[in-house]
Amino acid sequence: MNMRISAGELTERSLQIIRDLKHLEGPMLPILHAIQAEFGYVPDEVKPVIASELNLSRAEVHGVVTFYHEFRDHPAGRHVLKLCRAEACQSMGSDRVADSARQLLGIDFHQTTLDGAVTLEAVYCLGLCACAPAAMLDGEVYGRVDEHCLSEIVAEARR
Amino acid sequence: MTVTIFVPRDAAALALGAEKVAEAIAQEIAIRGLDAKIVRNGSRGMFWLEPLVEVRTKEGRIAYGPVKSGDVKGLFDAGFLEGGQHALHLGPTKDIPFLRQQTRLTFSRCGVTDPLSLDDYRQYQGLKGLENAIAMTQAQIVAQVTDSGLRGRGGAGFPTGIKWKTVMDAAGPQKYIVCNADEGDSATFADRMIMEGDPFVLIEGMIIAGIATGATKGYVYTRSEYPHAIATMTKAVEIARAAGILGPSVMGSAHAFDMEIRSGAGAYVCGEETSLLNSLEGKRGIVRAKPPLPALQGFLGRPTVVNNVISLASVPVIMDRGAAFYRDFGMGRSRGTIPIQIAGNVKYGGLYETAFGLSLGEIVDHIGGGTATGRPVKAVQVGGPLGAYFPCALFDTPFDYEAFAARDGLIGHAGITVFDDSADMLKQARFAMEFCAIESCGKCTPCRIGSTRGVETADKIKQGIEPEKNKALLADLCNTMKFGSLCALGGFTPYPVMSAMNHFPEDFSPAPLIEAAE
Repeated sequence: MNMRISAGELTERSLQIIRDLKHLEGPMLPILHAIQAEFGYVPDEVKPVIASELNLSRAEVHGVVTFYHEFRDHPAGRHVLKLCRAEACQSMGSDRVADSARQLLGIDFHQTTLDGAVTLEAVYCLGLCACAPAAMLDGEVYGRVDEHCLSEIVAEARR
Repeated sequence: MTVTIFVPRDAAALALGAEKVAEAIAQEIAIRGLDAKIVRNGSRGMFWLEPLVEVRTKEGRIAYGPVKSGDVKGLFDAGFLEGGQHALHLGPTKDIPFLRQQTRLTFSRCGVTDPLSLDDYRQYQGLKGLENAIAMTQAQIVAQVTDSGLRGRGGAGFPTGIKWKTVMDAAGPQKYIVCNADEGDSATFADRMIMEGDPFVLIEGMIIAGIATGATKGYVYTRSEYPHAIATMTKAVEIARAAGILGPSVMGSAHAFDMEIRSGAGAYVCGEETSLLNSLEGKRGIVRAKPPLPALQGFLGRPTVVNNVISLASVPVIMDRGAAFYRDFGMGRSRGTIPIQIAGNVKYGGLYETAFGLSLGEIVDHIGGGTATGRPVKAVQVGGPLGAYFPCALFDTPFDYEAFAARDGLIGHAGITVFDDSADMLKQARFAMEFCAIESCGKCTPCRIGSTRGVETADKIKQGIEPEKNKALLADLCNTMKFGSLCALGGFTPYPVMSAMNHFPEDFSPAPLIEAAE
């Protein structure tokens, strides 16, 4: 992915994104989403760039980035597997599915497999509560996820 | 004549394999050289039947489901384009009991039309409410919404018309309509279904709100967990703009209104309106103290209507059919219809729009058909993670804002999670505290610290450490959170905790540890 980017290039690409979006009312979240889409995470080096362009302090930008669960401070694996852990999924055995995901991948939530293939994330509701348990691999959604279905999803991600 | 086949594009249908089914159908059409086309509709909201494929025949739309891609060839062999018999044949869609017994006002088009076809939208009564609104004064529109009895469907139940009047009367060069589409409650998916299945109704509702209050700019703040809804809404806004429905002259009138779709970033608390406004402004999603009301000082400090998706999506039908038509449904002070979302461990899970007043038991046992696992129902959580757990003994509670409040519960965004008898209510109470700890914005102490202390206290009860003392402590902590928190996150977390403790005391008195006995 974009693991090797020079600081200059990072700043330049960030500036491009920020200048495309800063005309919006409340541009911060759209900018952070776009930065994460570009680099896979929100690099520390980008925070002062955003701060300067939006006339904020670096602390303010850092505060916003760290408030939201979605923004990462380091790159994720090639795929992100999100398992819903909220009540409707719990009622259909999502805790068991979560346990087998941990076992299958050999990692806990918020961690990435050693081969860099999969990052496992907890999510609180995908709005698929009438076909629980639910999961999302990158943008793809899955309902009624059981151990078998999960192993297929993981195999797909590791391919 | 070209036959139309409907395969839903709703995320839940996709999660159950609708994309593969659509591909298989397209392939069969090509192989057999048939004159047929596929329309990707929203979902009808019967998720045990998804993917639900429909065919338009002379006898109306015939449903088949749940269809797997492997079934498609057999369906064509059985002549399903003419509504032929097959093991998955469900008969006319409108006659399926789960649908037939509903009163679909807000969701009248959802699952019926192509969500991104303005022609479909117009054909099924779309834009009539807006046309009426354009011909009215601001005060008349606000009066009609007030008279309809519509209350905020996000959970708070505040009268929509009164909120609009406050913004209408507020002075300011720029006012806003903010749609709260941050639907984070487990068991709820009504907002998602509307955004994916009938996005124009939300756009129409927002424009009407804009005309009524003098706001010219709207934002839909939705969740990053809803990529399909974001994509559909974004496209719908572009289509509406190109058609002159959004823009400097709404449908050729003197009113201007435009809107944007914004995405949150995985913070549950941003469903709270003041936290949402901070997030929309690009700040940490910290709750604001009220007053000032968002209606007077909302987005960027300007007068702002913050309404839930379903509230706004219910406005077009009120403006089309009249306040009395809508108000005649329901009971007590809960007027109109409510899209109940039946979820979790339930046989017939889905969206059921009906007038207020059904009993909880009717909803869970008769409409929902009991649990999916076939075991007895133990508890149902009504209103998402901040809603109370109800035992079967309270199944006579009518679905109504006040009736639920009277029993220390809330209907919230009308989601119901069913649990079978394997549920451990102490574990559920602990989760409620854990969730509050994860999602707390951190501004007020009862929520920020209380939630963590709550998890610890629940753990002590579980471990059998001074259970009576710790149960009293947990109740006391809940009392502090309920009355000392700034917003509903800390303030309502006690509902699931206390209801679990009060209604299921047996789960809070675990058998003495075996180790201790040795």
